[in-house]
Amino acid sequence: MAAPDIVMYEEEFNQIKQIISKLRIDANAKVVFLVDKNGQQIAAHGDIENLDTTSLASLTAGNVAATDGLARLIGEREFSILFHEGEKDNIHISIVAQRVILVVIFDEKSSLGLVRLRVKKASNELNDVFARIMAKVEREKTAAGAAFESPFAEITDEDIDSLFSE
Amino acid sequence: MTFINYASREINCKIVYYGPGLCGKTTNLQYIYDKTNPGAKGKLISLATETDRTLFFDFLPLELGTVRGFKTRFHLYTVPGQVFYDASRKLILKGVDGVIFVADSQVERMDANVEAIENLQINLKSQGYDLLSIPYVLQLNKRDLPNVESVEEMKRLLTKKNEPVIEAVASKGPGVFETLKAVAKLVLADLTKTG
Repeated sequence: MAAPDIVMYEEEFNQIKQIISKLRIDANAKVVFLVDKNGQQIAAHGDIENLDTTSLASLTAGNVAATDGLARLIGEREFSILFHEGEKDNIHISIVAQRVILVVIFDEKSSLGLVRLRVKKASNELNDVFARIMAKVEREKTAAGAAFESPFAEITDEDIDSLFSE
Repeated sequence: MTFINYASREINCKIVYYGPGLCGKTTNLQYIYDKTNPGAKGKLISLATETDRTLFFDFLPLELGTVRGFKTRFHLYTVPGQVFYDASRKLILKGVDGVIFVADSQVERMDANVEAIENLQINLKSQGYDLLSIPYVLQLNKRDLPNVESVEEMKRLLTKKNEPVIEAVASKGPGVFETLKAVAKLVLADLTKTG
């Protein structure tokens, strides 16, 4: 198996939500969201009603993956920050804890300098949270030993068939 | 790498459609997009060239309903089929939970099919996966064309384990949802094993 599954628990999820909502205010940004490197959205905060966050998540991950590829081609391990400048809105993308992507969308009410500064602080906090999550997953797996009980252990064929019943 | 969110009670899975150029990967996604009710799907994103060949990937998020109280979301991706886009293909396989190989049934495309499956095995390995152990379905596409290879021969050439083999005509629909359902079943069954 490659990287282990990401599992998100209530407690850490709330901490993450708090960190990104604080980041949005501190950085004067429009939207802040967190995506895992495979394109799954983890959390979002800000003016997201008119935003297709699922597509945004997937394209961001594709973007980061392509940039990672570029980095390796020229002998870098990764480019940890990506910045896209638009006429009104800008996107600041950075990698946190080596596995999640922090995206900040901001306009002229903020500045790249401010965003970078605040992102740095928030990244440190997010690093801690993700370290705790990974430790927790490990702990639960060892505690349960070989008999680690998946919450999906009881999925039946009927459950799956019913998903396609339309 | 399934993403399970206990807080919002969601499971997110990533399915990748793989196959040689012009075998119908995007057509599969397009058909699913056209036939799914608007509430269950997101936008179909195609990063394609001006001539509609996939350049980086197509992406379609699907919400299938709930299993054991968890909302299941499937993210469907296609890879660019043309040989020289190998670097992009590798990237898209990252974090994959299930793979569908779309084979072109036309006799003259058999070599391309064989080559693409080998490429799939190599690229999966480079991401730390093994075709023999991940959820995997083989779709024999374009069964409606006149010059198709027999199913037996295709199975002989292309099957790698006891994967489900599904005949399809992606442009018209037969086999498209059967293929998706087959891989979804394998992916969810895999969750029961690994947690």
